[in-house]
Amino acid sequence: MNPSVDALRATLGSAIGRVGESCGDTIVYVAAERLRDVLGWLRDTPGEAYDYLVDITAVEYRDRERPLEVVYSLRSLARGAELRVKVELDPRGELMLDSVVPLWQGANWLEREVYDMFGVSFRGHPDLRRILMWETYAEGYPLRKDFPLRGRFSRAEQVRQALAANPEAHYSLDELSIAAAAADLPTDMQERLRRGERGTLPHSE
Amino acid sequence: MTRRTVELELATPGVDAQGHPVRVPLGAAGPAATAPAGTAEAGDAPPFPEQHMLINLGPQHPATHGVLRLVVELEGEMVVRVIPNVGYLHSGFEKLGEYRHYNQIIPLTDRTDYLSPMANNVGFALAAERLMGIEITPRCTVLRVIACEMSRVISHMVWLGTTAIDLGAFTPFLWAFQERERIYNLQEMWTGARLTTSVTRVGGMLADVPDGFGPGLRHFTETFPNTLDELDRVLTRNAVWVGRTQGIGALTAAEAINHSLSGPMLRASGVPYDLRRDKPYLDYDSYDFDVPVGEHGDVYDRYLVRLEECRQANRILAQALERLPDGPVNVADPRVILPAKSRAMNDMEAMIYHFKQVMEGVKAPVGEAYVGIENPKGELGTYLVSDGTAKPVRWRIRPPSFINLSALPKMAEGHLLSDLIAINASVDIVMGEVDR
Repeated sequence: MNPSVDALRATLGSAIGRVGESCGDTIVYVAAERLRDVLGWLRDTPGEAYDYLVDITAVEYRDRERPLEVVYSLRSLARGAELRVKVELDPRGELMLDSVVPLWQGANWLEREVYDMFGVSFRGHPDLRRILMWETYAEGYPLRKDFPLRGRFSRAEQVRQALAANPEAHYSLDELSIAAAAADLPTDMQERLRRGERGTLPHSE
Repeated sequence: MTRRTVELELATPGVDAQGHPVRVPLGAAGPAATAPAGTAEAGDAPPFPEQHMLINLGPQHPATHGVLRLVVELEGEMVVRVIPNVGYLHSGFEKLGEYRHYNQIIPLTDRTDYLSPMANNVGFALAAERLMGIEITPRCTVLRVIACEMSRVISHMVWLGTTAIDLGAFTPFLWAFQERERIYNLQEMWTGARLTTSVTRVGGMLADVPDGFGPGLRHFTETFPNTLDELDRVLTRNAVWVGRTQGIGALTAAEAINHSLSGPMLRASGVPYDLRRDKPYLDYDSYDFDVPVGEHGDVYDRYLVRLEECRQANRILAQALERLPDGPVNVADPRVILPAKSRAMNDMEAMIYHFKQVMEGVKAPVGEAYVGIENPKGELGTYLVSDGTAKPVRWRIRPPSFINLSALPKMAEGHLLSDLIAINASVDIVMGEVDR
């Protein structure tokens, strides 16, 4: 059993649910509303130092009574320790969690993928759009268990929609909304762009 | 003999009389001219800076290494912003896996990162075996190491060749692909396939290596360093190569960790983390090899790391050939491994096992397992969740090049458009794996 579990329970007691173990990996269940506190604590506490986010994914079981789980795999590069943090969500209720992009930039696309495939929304995500399916995809969330293997629409309907789609629409500035975000760039980058400077090595003088 | 003059102006469109390219005013006409067709109705779109230009790169573009689409906002030649669009090759492998037995999933893993199929097979088999609690045989362990390192060589050779082409060098491409061809011949000898190898099974391998494989691989390991030396000589101190790669797309160690990068991308930024050494699987800790680590985290360091990894892979291959033990390849468990065809046809018990495995599949106990292996692209994770049936509830691939690619906007901002090509190449993406 991973010793981080006891430290978690001692510090954030009410947020920590049951603890499991499978194939040598420790699994901690965390209350959904305290998720970011727990992950932030695990990342920033010196003795824990889970600085590396391995993966974010979700699991829905074939048993309809079981909740949908969002799974965060953490690793401490220095200590070599691993911890799997899970959050349970009721698939009939609202699927909403706090985004962990403020903690790890690497979570950006991983959360988008969970949203795309399972329909879990992430509060505070900078750019929550579908990623593997196209943005106008209307058949639902493919990795949910109620989604049939061949898709919701008939083959004829899928063909009809593909033919009726207007791919040109995806090239509009409106949808890309690039220009609107130009002012949101980091100030150092705006400054660099104004001076017309190229990127520099992080360690060079 | 009189000298012939050529009227360049007439001969070549886009070139003036002095032979210089004609300058085309870019974006001077404002958003209506710079925006692509079909946006006339976007009347109240936000004002696009007049001096900026929007470029659509891909999905059909040779420098995007597959069907990746990059929407690039340029100011002059400088990249202000990149928006990658992926998903054009989405095949729904993870969904398909929920409807298949564990052994039937292995052919799907070939098709994710199709430049290192054997390593993907190994990654999946290891996860399934951890889930089922199967200990593989010593010979199988060494054979899998050989499979992983052969994959590393071909993947890095393809990376080096295509990246060199992206940056204008054609010769290294030919040398690299010749080496890849030699590994492909060995793969074909072993598995019968050059690309879709499906070389592992849960609890063992598709087949033992055939006669002639060992000598063939030994010949490869003896001659491969020559090609590496040639590639080293033609690129490492080449002024064009150095100028195009040094200081481009640099990430610090902290940024690389924060973006969850893995593999050569992480190590080039100075983080000495290699799963083979830090979370050993397949007895990798008993091999003598070095983990190359970069310093600046730019495209050049990624190149150096990958080149050195080829040498180390070659060392591991030579050691694995030395120690390859005799003995069975598959575990002696008739519930997991199919009996020989002759026994299945003649022996009642063997036939029952054959029937049960083919019809019902191998059942895994309730639980879940995650195994990460050091693939050429980075950490390939396989996360399997079982509810006790023969088909997984969830088969998740942690795709290394998908996560590495997500750092592209960060790396490319502020660089030239031509550097974006170098940065994108340095990520080493395979769209089969990015989109799955």
